[in-house]
Amino acid sequence: MNLLLELANSFGSTLRDVAPIVVILVVFQVLVLRQRLPRLKQITTGFVLVVIGLSLFLVGLNDALFPIGETMAAQLTSSNVAASAEQVRWMDYLIVYAFAASIGFATAIAEPALIAVSMKAQSASGGAINAFGLRIAVAVGAAIGVSLGCFRIVTGTPLQWYIMAIYIVVMILTIFSNRTIMPLAYDSGGVTTSTVTVPVVAALGLGLASNVPGRSPLVDGFGLIAFTCAFPIMTVLGYSLIVSKLAKKKNAPSESEE
Amino acid sequence: MTLVFKALAGRILNAFRDLTPIIVVIAFFQIVVLQQPFPNLGDTLVGLVCVVLGLALFIHGLETGLFPLGEAIAQAFAKKSSVVALLSFAFCLGFGTTVAEPALIAVASEAAEVVAQSGHIANDESVRASYALSLRIVVALSVGTAVVIGVIRILKGWPIHVMIISGYAIVTCLTFFAPREIIGIAYDSGGVTTSTITVPLLTALGVGLATSIRGRNPMVDGFGLIAFASVTPMIFVLVYGMIS
Repeated sequence: MNLLLELANSFGSTLRDVAPIVVILVVFQVLVLRQRLPRLKQITTGFVLVVIGLSLFLVGLNDALFPIGETMAAQLTSSNVAASAEQVRWMDYLIVYAFAASIGFATAIAEPALIAVSMKAQSASGGAINAFGLRIAVAVGAAIGVSLGCFRIVTGTPLQWYIMAIYIVVMILTIFSNRTIMPLAYDSGGVTTSTVTVPVVAALGLGLASNVPGRSPLVDGFGLIAFTCAFPIMTVLGYSLIVSKLAKKKNAPSESEE
Repeated sequence: MTLVFKALAGRILNAFRDLTPIIVVIAFFQIVVLQQPFPNLGDTLVGLVCVVLGLALFIHGLETGLFPLGEAIAQAFAKKSSVVALLSFAFCLGFGTTVAEPALIAVASEAAEVVAQSGHIANDESVRASYALSLRIVVALSVGTAVVIGVIRILKGWPIHVMIISGYAIVTCLTFFAPREIIGIAYDSGGVTTSTITVPLLTALGVGLATSIRGRNPMVDGFGLIAFASVTPMIFVLVYGMIS
């Protein structure tokens, strides 16, 4: 019974989220485009399925994963001996970095928005880009990002230096990258930080910033999402460089044989 | 009927595979590292079933509904060939989907608290609420602008890396002049703006436009709308922090 109530609630809030999209679509359809969309019935059914699916997904996350993930983040960050010490040593939090990396990887793999974009990338590239490989590359980036972001909260070093360093690396990788991968790589950052990743990562940052001595959750708690957003750009560019290098190596001997 | 069942069973299997890492990570840290039993194992299992089913339905709906919708709209606008209509649609979609985004509402109210504590605005509820609201509007305006710029780029075929890297350069310059408290908020605002329904819709729209305009390539020109939507909020919020 409780579950049904939650489901109804979640359905209501998902409907509220999609309401602006539906209104904009209908207004432009009626006033501007004024032509019947093809496969309207199928599209409507699909849209309804998306809303139902997302509501179910969110109810399940709220029931099963988020509470455990959040208590876990709180326990891991507070169970530390260093909490009583005056000097904060970054090595005392190794288990937190390990948790940050694995949860960053796992939430990125489960992110529906990323699944959507990688499916689209595979079909738009005619199969040249492998959807699963792309998601692994993004998830590795998210793992590095969340982990390094936790390191920054523990050490209390300024956020902007990290972000600027990341930008410089992205610029250098861009110089060597193929033009077809760039837009997708730049997209991958914003795509990763969505329904699953943001709540878990935010809870982790908040827990860490309120438990490490000398850090304030309000000032140091921000920035973890920016890290999670920036690193996938680097790993996707890097992944494409590796893939194209490997493809060249594979092709080179066969070409010389001909 | 059996065909639908088969397709759905496949999707459920895939959804289960996608969620395996998160289950493994949580179980590992709970049992091995924290050495604690699972609280309410029954509820957790029911929740997991919901997550798997929900993800499977979402992906199915995506392929049959959201993707074809984005493409159909892109084709309709391309046929109509009214740039003004397309750009105003792009702006409305960016603004409308962002202004009510739950993640953004949460970040904006936290941000108001930070700024109030630092003494930049008065620390009472109505002032904080109005600060949070104007921050949300600023971010929504920035996403609207981003989608417009992104669509113009697709129409003109401009190279994306020059534009995004100039965006980064602007962010870097502004960081030196912005008040310290706003920097973290500004950087985070780039990530929280694009929701699970907006992302597939924008992607399908971009790829659809690039496919229906002659001389554009779906990979080179179609992607990139989300990228703009993650850079412009940083710029807008930094500027907002400087002038307010």
